[in-house]
Amino acid sequence: MNLLTTYILPRILQWALVIFVGISATFLIPRLSPINPVDEMIGRMTAFASIDPHAVVSMRESAMALFGLEGTLLEQYGRFWSRLLTGDLGVSFGNFPRPVSDIIGAGLPWTIGLLSIAILISWVSGVFLGALAGYFHDRRWAQFLERFVVVVYPIPYLIIAFVLIFIFAWWLKWFPLVGGSRGQPALTWDYISTLLYFGFLPALSIVIGSTAFRFIMAKSLTTTEIASDYVQYAELAAVPKRKIILFYVARNTMLPQVTDLALSLGALFEGALITEVLFAYPGLGFVLYNAIYNADYNIIMGITLLSIAGIATASLLIDLLYPIFDPRVRLR
Amino acid sequence: MLTTIRDLFRFSPSFRIGSLILMVVAAFVILSFFSPYEQDRLRRKVKRNQPPSADFIFGTTSQGQDVFWALTFAIRNTLIISSIAVFIGRGIGVTLGMISGYLGGIFDRVAQSIVESVIVVPRLPLLILIGSILRGSLTMFTLGILIGILDWAYPSKRYRAQVLSLRERDFTHTAVFSGMSSLKIVIREHLPFIIPFLLADVISGFLFSIGIEVTLSYLGLANLDSPTIGTMIYWGNYYQSIPAGRPWVMIVPMVTVILMVLGFYLMSVGLGEYLDPRKRLVRLTAHAGEEAEDDDPRKDKDDTWAP
Repeated sequence: MNLLTTYILPRILQWALVIFVGISATFLIPRLSPINPVDEMIGRMTAFASIDPHAVVSMRESAMALFGLEGTLLEQYGRFWSRLLTGDLGVSFGNFPRPVSDIIGAGLPWTIGLLSIAILISWVSGVFLGALAGYFHDRRWAQFLERFVVVVYPIPYLIIAFVLIFIFAWWLKWFPLVGGSRGQPALTWDYISTLLYFGFLPALSIVIGSTAFRFIMAKSLTTTEIASDYVQYAELAAVPKRKIILFYVARNTMLPQVTDLALSLGALFEGALITEVLFAYPGLGFVLYNAIYNADYNIIMGITLLSIAGIATASLLIDLLYPIFDPRVRLR
Repeated sequence: MLTTIRDLFRFSPSFRIGSLILMVVAAFVILSFFSPYEQDRLRRKVKRNQPPSADFIFGTTSQGQDVFWALTFAIRNTLIISSIAVFIGRGIGVTLGMISGYLGGIFDRVAQSIVESVIVVPRLPLLILIGSILRGSLTMFTLGILIGILDWAYPSKRYRAQVLSLRERDFTHTAVFSGMSSLKIVIREHLPFIIPFLLADVISGFLFSIGIEVTLSYLGLANLDSPTIGTMIYWGNYYQSIPAGRPWVMIVPMVTVILMVLGFYLMSVGLGEYLDPRKRLVRLTAHAGEEAEDDDPRKDKDDTWAP
């Protein structure tokens, strides 16, 4: 009961607030801009063909209704929420009658798959490499690793992905340039191996960027941790180093890393979007890129809303799982 | 101030390397004012598709641009966009964080829950949404403002933490008991602690802005007519310079991005080490009493402090 009122409920309230703030911002910002997307769209359509003015007017009206741009701002806001809660994100303008939720739904599994595997690998390798490098901080390999990470860490995901494409897909031709898989989706090794083959470079480029950050944080946490008494005691008691690092030091540095993972999900998701654009990987990023190209606002809007809700929910889940890892929160 | 910089230069290798890189970057910015071409008339000026040579240090593009001089403008413009973004982002962040830290109470709680929400919201999709609606009318200036408006939440959280720890220090209590006014305490006693903190924060703020500028330009959402590092990559990609055998057109801006973010990052690492009380204690054991409360170890990808 205590845990519920002091930890879980405030966290759920925070989640509701994130969703409310994010979705309201997504509603408001496009309406603050001086440009009406409907007029833009009609302008593009009439630029190449002469259309009857009456048809233009009725087209404009139906498009305004479709975008939910009719009535006062408050009415629009109410309708916006009611449509969202029924899962209706409108229709795509690039592929006209197809609903946005359909198109996004097709890209979503790719992004979730790519991102979750990349996050898992980068979290584990960042925490453990950081702990090793922090513990053996005066070894040559640790210093080399740290220098490498310091150079890689600030580079934007876009550039990392570009460099990987140049070297491994373009120059060495080890991996494919574009795409997500080959052949018919099936649970056979043939299909799964093409999934791994196509997904390797995109995943690698997310893993490089996010491991660097985890590593830096893990190393700094480890440096603090190894100065504590229990580590010195364990060393004096000749506990094997492997055991000290894996079971004591790394375990103690994991808790802040779990909290941080919840906070950095947004940045990781952004990295995945960019990576997918560059590799033409069929996830949300590529859908988004095509939508930018076709000025398909409903899709961009839908992806923005979905990413806000998705990231907020994922970070809520991580925070709700936190008491399982940390008895201090559980038994407060 | 000058002695601080000299000490940093002498004792912190990362600060030294970082500032050397940024000096080269600054030299390019200065060179842009002596360019033989005008900023918006770079095309069809020189022979097309020339590889790097003595005449054209970084080669030329398929549009007849001299990559070297285009780069000088690009660095300048990218830095202008980032400076606007950093100025606005830190402006909001410092103000909100300090007010929140000093006022406390309900304002602080409301502000903190909004800040926590904004931190979680992914910014790139929002930026893309706004950028695609404003496409065509997005200038360098508005792009800078846009990036800045979305980059204040993390800094404000740190300034708040900093203020909260300053408020609890002994010298603040001493000042309060000796009858110093609140405003005077903030300006005379606390600002000297906040300013170096702000400096390191500003430097690391450039990392995010440069990355976002390059990303948005690559997606074709910025003003593609003005040369920035991002639009150089965009046009290089648009005219297929790698498949067509002109890799220098893309390698040059990409190496520049890497060097620029590395320079800023190394400088902020050096400054952060200087600001980190634990590491300063190693050098200056005399100031053992001034140990600051360690700020939140949770960091964001774009907001970087020293490890």
